[in-house]
Amino acid sequence: MNDPEMVIDVQGLTKIFGDKTVVDHFDLKVPKGAVYGFLGPNGSGKTTTIRMVCGLLVPNAGSGTALGFDVVKDSSEIKKRVGYMTQKFSLWEDLTIRENLDFVARMYKVENRKKKVDDALEDLGLSARSHQLAGSLSGGWKQRLALAACMLHDPELLLLDEPTAGVDPKARREFWDTIHMLSDRGVTILVSTHYMDEAVQCDYIAYIAYGKKLIDAPSDELVDRVGIHTWRVEGKGLKALSNKLKGIDGVDDVARFGTALHVTGSDKESLKKAIEPYFDDPLLDWKERNPGLEEAFIHLMTGSEDNFQ
Amino acid sequence: MSLFSFARIKAVALKEFVQMRRDRTTFAMMVGVPIMQLILFGFAINSDPRHLPTALIDRDHSSFSRSIVAAAENSTFMNITYRPATDVEAESLIREGKVSFIFIIPENFGRDLVRGDRPQLLLVADATDPSASSGAVNSMEKIVQSGLSRDLSGSLSGLAPLPPPVDVVLHKRYNPAGLTQYNIIPGLLGIIIAMTMTMITAVAITREKERGTMENLLAMPIKPFEMMVGKVSPYIIIGYVQTAVFIITAELIFTIPMAGSYAMLIGAVSIYIVVNLLIGFLFSSIAKTQMQALQMTFFLLLPQILLSGFLFPFLGMPKWAQYIGEALPATHFMRLMRGIMLKGADSGDLYASFWPLWVIIFVVSIVAMFRYERTLD
Repeated sequence: MNDPEMVIDVQGLTKIFGDKTVVDHFDLKVPKGAVYGFLGPNGSGKTTTIRMVCGLLVPNAGSGTALGFDVVKDSSEIKKRVGYMTQKFSLWEDLTIRENLDFVARMYKVENRKKKVDDALEDLGLSARSHQLAGSLSGGWKQRLALAACMLHDPELLLLDEPTAGVDPKARREFWDTIHMLSDRGVTILVSTHYMDEAVQCDYIAYIAYGKKLIDAPSDELVDRVGIHTWRVEGKGLKALSNKLKGIDGVDDVARFGTALHVTGSDKESLKKAIEPYFDDPLLDWKERNPGLEEAFIHLMTGSEDNFQ
Repeated sequence: MSLFSFARIKAVALKEFVQMRRDRTTFAMMVGVPIMQLILFGFAINSDPRHLPTALIDRDHSSFSRSIVAAAENSTFMNITYRPATDVEAESLIREGKVSFIFIIPENFGRDLVRGDRPQLLLVADATDPSASSGAVNSMEKIVQSGLSRDLSGSLSGLAPLPPPVDVVLHKRYNPAGLTQYNIIPGLLGIIIAMTMTMITAVAITREKERGTMENLLAMPIKPFEMMVGKVSPYIIIGYVQTAVFIITAELIFTIPMAGSYAMLIGAVSIYIVVNLLIGFLFSSIAKTQMQALQMTFFLLLPQILLSGFLFPFLGMPKWAQYIGEALPATHFMRLMRGIMLKGADSGDLYASFWPLWVIIFVVSIVAMFRYERTLD
């Protein structure tokens, strides 16, 4: 029995292309009104999972519901109620901004179409440029237009596939403000991203690698669940230090963050043992710190097996 | 410093080879089109047609008429496929395009022949295709001579020498002057529509695929039927514009006669436009790129030009080529256009050419909707 509070509730979703299992027994529960982040490297199966949820791909195995409709049998009902923003800009570049919005509104049989489109143009701040061809917009504007287009029919669920890829930091921040505003209105949002700073803005995070879900938790609990420890070191000769530390027992990852190195390990004692010899170096300043998402994910990544090679 | 680098030329050539190998459809077309052309030009097309179907009315039933019929059947020129009882029946056969000739042996032919009255033999030819009927009189006289040569021997041999004992009268029906444009122009509309309408819809869906907008369309709640009708219908107007331009040009510049009704012509054109748009839609649901869709269009266009009776007499082709031709929409449209414009055929005569188009519409739309992918799989 599916939980009625869950907007997305799928179990064991599997997608195989040829001999590659792109998504492998994926379970996902997304509660209503949540911002749910999909993280993972390129080719990890984020897009494929989103496409299966909105009926663009038929899963090879697995079942479940989105908005209470069966993802395999009732995909046409799901499509009516879902807003899907594709990774690549997929509106019509040879139509104007208004024509694009108008077309999308007609496809969803939106009532008061003219007013809806006018309002959307107003919100976008594109009223004055509504007769400009969509193809002539910059990346950030295209992405805003695409979001507006997939919101026209007031969907209950938004599926956003790397919406901020290639968008400048200011536009990204504005975009996330919109996401939170929509979430406050009760819209459920599933968003995939590469960016760690975006991931922290999500209520829940699922980390995917090689088609498998490595972890799935509320974002504030995620790092604790991974169970890693991090030391931060600043000073001179960090490059040499980094080379020395890599591969030592107890050290899982050494990563550069600005002027510092983050040294991470899964076992507190063996990590300390590994770095202790360098504590006395007067040029280095060591501090223990709370591990961040990035360390958590890199830890997960190194632990997961690459079945794509 | 060298003028050019062989290494770079080699790099480009290798890259082209790899890409050519990946694009299987293009590769198949490169091999398929020449093979098809060889077969069609080499075997199917015959500009000196033989074994043309003929309706025979023998009102004489004498040994002489039987000899002539036997000679006609033995000749490679005609095959007697129908023996209608009345002139009306014979007329409708030629109007429907089921026969190329009506061969009439009048009453008392044998008696008049024996009397030396030089009786007439009537050969009515469907001259809508001048190349099919041009050799008619010449061949007919030879057939008559060879047929009678045995009968007119012995005591009657005095009747054999020249002038020929029989007068073969030829009636060229529908195109008495034997003008080639009477044949080509009405058919040309069929080729124009087949080419442009198929091509325009063939790229309509593949363009969405190439630009990535297909994913957006598929994510929307639209049914394949809605997509098909929506994609195809704007181009119907283009088809009508082409038809209007065509009719005006045909009438004013080429002075093609309009024997039938314009209503019938528009009816035929409408169905034919829809057939071609749907074929284009079918292609675009199969092809992955616009290039492939265009190649498919040309692959179909070739037999539509060569096997439809547009350039070469349909009834002069071998049977297997005629069977392929019957499956092509252009074939039926050629018959409709020539039937309406030149022969003034009515709906009863044209029924045989209308229903195949409806069957093609039905089959193509079912297949296209089945082939149209609702998902990205």
